[in-house]
Amino acid sequence: MIRYLARRLLALVPVALGVVTLTFALIHLVPGDPVSAMLGDYAAPADVAQMRHVLGLDRPMGQQYVGFLYGLAHGDLGQSISQHEPVARLIRERFPATLELTAAGLLAALLIAFPLGLIAGANPGGAGDLGAMGFAILGISVPHLYLGPLLMIVFSLDLGWLPLTGRGGLAHLVLPAITLGTALAAIVARMLRQSLVQVIGADYMRTARSKGLSRRAALIRHGLRNALTPVITLIGLEAGALLTGSIITEMIFSWPGLGRLLITAINNRDYPLVEGCVLTFALSYVIVNLVTDFLYRAADPRIRLE
Amino acid sequence: MNSIRRNPSLAAGGTLVTLLAAIAIFGPLIVRANPDAIDLRHALAGAGAHHWLGCDSLGRDMLARIVWGARLSLGVSTAVAAISLAIGTLIGGAAALAGGRVDNLVMRAIDVVLAFPGFLLAIALAAILGPGLADLIVALTAMGWTGYARLVRGEVLSLREREYVEAARALGARPSRLLIRHLLPGIAGPVAVQATFGVGGIIIAEAALSFLGLGARPPAPTWGNMLEAGQAFILVAPHLTTAPGVAIGLSVLGFNLLGDGLAQLIERRR
Repeated sequence: MIRYLARRLLALVPVALGVVTLTFALIHLVPGDPVSAMLGDYAAPADVAQMRHVLGLDRPMGQQYVGFLYGLAHGDLGQSISQHEPVARLIRERFPATLELTAAGLLAALLIAFPLGLIAGANPGGAGDLGAMGFAILGISVPHLYLGPLLMIVFSLDLGWLPLTGRGGLAHLVLPAITLGTALAAIVARMLRQSLVQVIGADYMRTARSKGLSRRAALIRHGLRNALTPVITLIGLEAGALLTGSIITEMIFSWPGLGRLLITAINNRDYPLVEGCVLTFALSYVIVNLVTDFLYRAADPRIRLE
Repeated sequence: MNSIRRNPSLAAGGTLVTLLAAIAIFGPLIVRANPDAIDLRHALAGAGAHHWLGCDSLGRDMLARIVWGARLSLGVSTAVAAISLAIGTLIGGAAALAGGRVDNLVMRAIDVVLAFPGFLLAIALAAILGPGLADLIVALTAMGWTGYARLVRGEVLSLREREYVEAARALGARPSRLLIRHLLPGIAGPVAVQATFGVGGIIIAEAALSFLGLGARPPAPTWGNMLEAGQAFILVAPHLTTAPGVAIGLSVLGFNLLGDGLAQLIERRR
C-alpha cells in the first residue's frame, strides 16, 4: 500500500509539472498581449514598455519560465496588479471558501443521489423508478446557471427560508450546495440504479433471500455494498468537475471563493492573479483525482494495487 | 410504434433534437421580429399577443432572441463537437496506427491536458483570446478533443487486431486507407454516442462561458448571454431567465436522450 502510494506520488511530479507548464504557456504563449489588454489600445508606448518591464514580460521566454518555476517553488506567485497584494496571500484567503462549497456540493449530491438510486433500483419499472429517474434526467438537463436563480426565487425570496447570497453559517451553504451538486446527484443516482438492478439478479442475493432475509434487508446489507464499486468510481471521476463547477455557483451566489477571484481577475485583466488562480484550480484537480483514485482502490480489495 | 416502445429514449431524443434543429434553421424565417431591435416602451413586458415570450430589459422581443439564440448556441455547439471529433479522431487514430514512441508521446501529452480541468482550460483560453464567436469555438474545442482522441485510439487499437483489418494490411493497404476505409466505420458507433452526449455538455459550457462574460460579445443573443442579462431582473421579470433556461434545458435533455438511445441501439446490434 505504501509502495503504491509512493509510486503514485512520484508519478504526480511530471503531471504537476505538465499542468504548471500548460498554465504558463496559456498566459504567455497564446496570442493576445496581456499588457495591451490591460492598458487598452490607446496606451502610450512608454507605459506599455514600463508595464512589460514590471511584469517581467520583456525577458526571454525561457528566463520567464524558470523565474515562474523558481517563484512557485518558494510559494511566490507574484503581485496582483489590481489589488496590490501578493497573489499567494489572496488565494490563501479565498481557497477555504471554495473547498467548503465543493465539499458541501459533494455531500448534497450524495444525499440526493442515494435515496433516489435506492428507490429506483429496488423496484425497477415501478412508479418510484419512473419518478426518481425522471428527476435524474431533469437534474442532468437543467443547467446550474438556471437552477441557482430558480432556487433563489423559491427558497429565499418567496419562502424566505434561506439567505439569498454570501457566505456565513450553514444556512448560507444550502442553496449553493444543491445548485452545485444536483447534476452529479443525477448521474450518481442513475449509476446506482443500474448497478443495483444488475446486483439483484446475482446468486448471492438469492442465497440471502432464501436464508429468510427480507427483500429490503438483503438489498441494503448485501446488494448495496456490491453495487457501490462502479458508483465510487463515477464519483471519483466527477468530483474534480465539482471544483470547476463551483466557479459558476460562486458567481451566482456571490460566494467569496477562488472562482469569483478568478473571474474578477479576468475582468480586471490582472494576469498574475489569473495565472495563480488557474494554477491553484488545476493542481487541486490533480490532487482530488489522486485522492479519489486511492479511496476507490481502498474501497474495493479486488483491485490490486499495482 | 414497436420501435418507439423498445427504445423510447431514441424516439424522444430524436424528436427533440429534430425539433430544435428545425427551430434553429427555419425559426428566424418565421419569427420576423428583429432580435436586436430596441423598443424601450416595451421593456420587461410580459408575454402577450405581440410578443409571445415578452420583452427583455431593452424591449427586445424574447421569442426572436430565443430563436436566433438557437441558431447561435446550437450552431456553436455542433461545430465544436464536429471539430473536436475531427481533431480527436485524427490524433487518436494516427497515434494508434503509428504505435511505439509516437503513441506514447501523444498519450502523455493528452494525459497532461486531461489532468487540466476542461472547463477551466476553456475559461482561461476564452479570457486570453478575448470575447468572440471564433475564440469561443477555439476555447470549447480545446476542452473536448482529448476525450475523442482517447476513445478513438482505444477502439483502433482493439480493431487493429481483427482479421479483416489484418487482411487489408496483408493486401498492402496504406495506413491512411486502413484508417478511413476499414477502421473508422468500425468505431463510428461509440464515437457517435460520445459526440451526442458531448453536444449537451458543450451547450452548457457555452452558456456558462457567456454567463461569465467570456462568450460571444453582447448583444449576440446566445442563451448564456440572455441568462446573464436576465439575472439582474429576476425579481421583476423572471421570464427573462426562464425562457433561455428552459431552452438550454430542453436542448441538453434532447441530446442526452438521443445519446442514451443511440447507445442502447448499438448495444442491441452487437
